[in-house]
Amino acid sequence: METLDVIKTRAEAAVPGAQLALAPNGAVPAEASLVVDSAHAAAVARFLRDDPQLQLDYCSNVTGVDWLEASIKEKIKTRKLVDGVEKEVEETVEHKRPGHLEAVYHLYSMKLKHGPLVLRQRTANRVDQVRVASLTPVWRSAEFQEREAYDLFGIVFDGHPDLRRILMWDEFQDHPMRKDYVEPDDYEYEPTAHDDVLDKARRHYPVEEHP
Amino acid sequence: MIDEGLRSELSKQGVFTTTVGELYNWGRKNSIWPLNFGLACCAIEMIAASMARFDISRFGSEVFRPSPRQADLMIVAGTVTKKMAPQVVRLYNQMPEPKYVIAMGACAISGGPFKQGYNVLKGIDRYLPVDVHIPGCPPRPEALLHALITLQEKIAGQKLTGPERAPHLQEEAPSEYPIPDYGAYDLDPPKNPDVWQPPVLARKD
Repeated sequence: METLDVIKTRAEAAVPGAQLALAPNGAVPAEASLVVDSAHAAAVARFLRDDPQLQLDYCSNVTGVDWLEASIKEKIKTRKLVDGVEKEVEETVEHKRPGHLEAVYHLYSMKLKHGPLVLRQRTANRVDQVRVASLTPVWRSAEFQEREAYDLFGIVFDGHPDLRRILMWDEFQDHPMRKDYVEPDDYEYEPTAHDDVLDKARRHYPVEEHP
Repeated sequence: MIDEGLRSELSKQGVFTTTVGELYNWGRKNSIWPLNFGLACCAIEMIAASMARFDISRFGSEVFRPSPRQADLMIVAGTVTKKMAPQVVRLYNQMPEPKYVIAMGACAISGGPFKQGYNVLKGIDRYLPVDVHIPGCPPRPEALLHALITLQEKIAGQKLTGPERAPHLQEEAPSEYPIPDYGAYDLDPPKNPDVWQPPVLARKD
């Protein structure tokens, strides 16, 4: 498969107006991914599927990621004049990452036997702007998994043919895989409580007062 | 009632005596037909118990019925999610009396490893009267057979008359249990207080 840079350039040329970005991966395999804006996601997805050199005809996995708002510290080496001498100085730069939700697609090509290409869509925030484009019209296999991401993370997929909850029951409130999900306080006796459960046990069965 | 000593003496002489109640219970306990349904990985062990190596048919329970109308025993084999629990109670309600319940595995008896999760019922005994609990994750087929033998012993000991007669012979004993509704976070009600109450205890530490 071509490198992500090449794919990015070709996709931008094929889909006018598409804003693609590369998302690096700090883990050992360093598998970077392609971030696409929701407005052009369907067109870019069609390009990835139909392009003769890519033919990514199989979407194996769709999942959600919940990114809380966080401040990230980065160390950057810069050259600076210190006492008239140019030196390399390490500076810590802190920047805020706004909270957002992410839909991640893993794409393979059955025909050309390559992949995966990781495609991501990001929402504007975690509260009220949680819409991304559904890629079910492009890869039918995304249908149930987008429903799952909607159910558990609350990502709304525009253009999905049947966006309902799939794992939780329809009356369920909230999205349980979100990092700020607060579970109801329905603790019952636990014989081997530890960690968080032990705290709950202490709250529900307070220490006996001995005279 | 015949004296136990006289009875064993008679049986040594080749004269077998019995009572209608014993004969009735003997027939019942050796033909417990389970309902053919499984919820998770425990069902694989249940299937293994029904196959040649463990052979549940030695105990007369090989006739897994696909309809609750023909089943005597509900083996709750696996994790009962909150979404599935109303259907399990409904299946139980559709079974004819006399009926029995075996809760198989850690999840069915207590929620197991998912007890602190958001989507798993903390034991089917919140809604149904469970006769035999089997711990294990999953329990071996032998454990299921042991539970079945325990249930057979229970059936053999059930009385047919008197105030302590078997529940299916008591007119006032409930045969169906209320089916819980789906709530915003949990089932509504989260438990049937007539069947199950949480343990009340004060911690010492």
